[in-house]
Amino acid sequence: MTNYIKSITNPKLKLEIFTPAEVKKIHDATLWIIEKVGVKFPSQRALDIWAANGAEVDRDRKIVRARGELIESALKKCPPVYPLAAREPNQDLPLDGNHVFVGTDGCGVEVIDIQSGERRISKLQDVVDIARIADATEEIAFHWVPVSAQDTPPQTRGLHEIKAIWENSTKHVQTESIYSVHEAKAAIEMAAMIAGGKEALRKRPVLSLMQCTASPLGHDGGSIDAALLAAEVGLPTGFMTMSACLTTGPATMAGTLAVGNAEVIAGTVLLQLAYPGAPVFYAAAQTASDLRLGAYTGGGPEDFLFGAATNALSDFYDIPLSMGSFATGAKEPNWQAGIENSLSTFMASIAMSDMLLGIGFLHGSRIWSFAEMMMDCEIFSIIRKMMQGIEVNDETLALDTIAAVGPSGHFLAQKHTRQHMHDLFMPQFMDRRPYSEWESKKDNASDWALAKARKILAEHQPDPLDPKLSMEFDKIIEALEG
Amino acid sequence: MHEELFQKMAQSIIDGDSDASTALAKESIAVGIPPLQAITDGFVIGVNTVGDAFGRGEAFLPELVMAGEAMKAAVAVLNPELKKQGTERRMLGKVVLATVEGDIHEIGKTLVGTMLGSSGFEVYDLGVDASPDKIIGKAIEVNADIIGMSALLTTTMVKQKEVIETLEKEGLRGRFKVMVGGAPITRDWFKSIKADGYSEDAVGAVRVAKQLMGVE
Repeated sequence: MTNYIKSITNPKLKLEIFTPAEVKKIHDATLWIIEKVGVKFPSQRALDIWAANGAEVDRDRKIVRARGELIESALKKCPPVYPLAAREPNQDLPLDGNHVFVGTDGCGVEVIDIQSGERRISKLQDVVDIARIADATEEIAFHWVPVSAQDTPPQTRGLHEIKAIWENSTKHVQTESIYSVHEAKAAIEMAAMIAGGKEALRKRPVLSLMQCTASPLGHDGGSIDAALLAAEVGLPTGFMTMSACLTTGPATMAGTLAVGNAEVIAGTVLLQLAYPGAPVFYAAAQTASDLRLGAYTGGGPEDFLFGAATNALSDFYDIPLSMGSFATGAKEPNWQAGIENSLSTFMASIAMSDMLLGIGFLHGSRIWSFAEMMMDCEIFSIIRKMMQGIEVNDETLALDTIAAVGPSGHFLAQKHTRQHMHDLFMPQFMDRRPYSEWESKKDNASDWALAKARKILAEHQPDPLDPKLSMEFDKIIEALEG
Repeated sequence: MHEELFQKMAQSIIDGDSDASTALAKESIAVGIPPLQAITDGFVIGVNTVGDAFGRGEAFLPELVMAGEAMKAAVAVLNPELKKQGTERRMLGKVVLATVEGDIHEIGKTLVGTMLGSSGFEVYDLGVDASPDKIIGKAIEVNADIIGMSALLTTTMVKQKEVIETLEKEGLRGRFKVMVGGAPITRDWFKSIKADGYSEDAVGAVRVAKQLMGVE
């Protein structure tokens, strides 16, 4: 059984968040940062690649400074369009600038148990359950590793996680939790087995890798080496900046955009210098830190603006964007969660970010909630409906029907109404019941959302992964666990 | 006698002005104010003022951090003079701080170090990617009261546990209080590895460290 995937496409709404001159100014600032301040690459291999291409490399401090021409010429080699492949080819996702696809968020450390409602440390079974529910959910187009499988060994955890997702869903897997060479090699081997060999994998990458930068202006050595391995075999690879106003970026938003852009662009250029034409994407989840505690906020007006602003940058470089949205800082599904997840996702969607992340989390991507997961899907559906805008033509103006009804009539019994009633949005989790019915039950959206998640988990049977592949994956993982 | 100078010292901390606090520290030595008095009657007043304002919700994190940096700058000037005179500033305790092995994410840990330093702790910051041996070795070397460890990755936070287990194995567990922190660190994790202190942010970390030292 395969599911239709809901995406935003052919949007009618749009937003100009920057003038072209403003984008250029941020780009110029970025080049200045990379050339004058430099970016840290704590990887021997990365430093060698930069040095071989004429960048100035400070081996002791592991800082690279590169001229604008080197950066700009390498960026031209990034492919603007490519697909994220799924185990089921009908679910391949074209990253073509005309689609917004949503994925789950990652990589949380706690889960609100789907049955007991208790908050507890996340386990492999949670990865399984979330993958299975996501597989059956039309709004979810691809997977991140949603929570950390903390009951598996740290050195192979990332492999247990992607295996669990592949075994429970046919949709594309983008992992953000593989950041070492030994795990990246094994993950590539596993992906190649699913695709039918290394060459087939290059054409249909069933796995993509997302690496976090180390803001400000740094990268993690393991992440960089893992990204280079992925780029070598043609797996889409992206660098995500989470540079935040006040702490890992300047208090000003433009400055924080420039810092994050320098991190992402320097990482992207490294991959193009090593493997020209490798599929790459831009990734970001920028926000402002809390003024009192310095804490990660996961929402707020700055967060929402970053959602649209980053897409202006990735469009300028003509590479797909994976944008953090949803992922509220709220502690439970509530007013704050509704505001933050709606506005962040609306702003990232109206800018046509290719991939959106963040479904399912509370407390700034730390605590997984199955109810929030389902409600976030509804938020996406609402925004998707809004992005379609208002169609204006003879059929939608419905003049014949208006004339037939005339003054003081109603439209409920009209043929035109029957034809178009399903153009209207039908929510799953909004309370439009009579007041007395609510008063007698006092239930709400989170109750219904949780019930839906439980129902899917009880009933949905994903297309299984070939058991032979599962056994091969076990062997690969066991070999590393020694 | 030097009332105006003391007021200026406090103000330099409130303003978070390291240049001014450095200059005032030098001036205090030149006019013969005992360095310990410069700290307690001058600079510390500023630290407390900012801390109190923060507590009332009137000051924000950058102001706390800048006050901490200005304090550090003044103390750096006064410390050699303190040593020369054979006097010592009474500290609340010694803290060895580190981001654990395999992890390079240290911004939160560095912030904790600044806050502890300005609150009267002597801080030894080992930076990032610090092995259990390195952390424990330093704690023994400086006779630390507290070991503080941060981790950002779920795969590296297990190193916090390893350090505590090593301390136990080597019969050193009773000698040091252990504090843990970092984005993936939860109260459950803190309890499961039997650490002594845990905070979700840098301001809270100072409170926890003081509790562990039996102050406040």
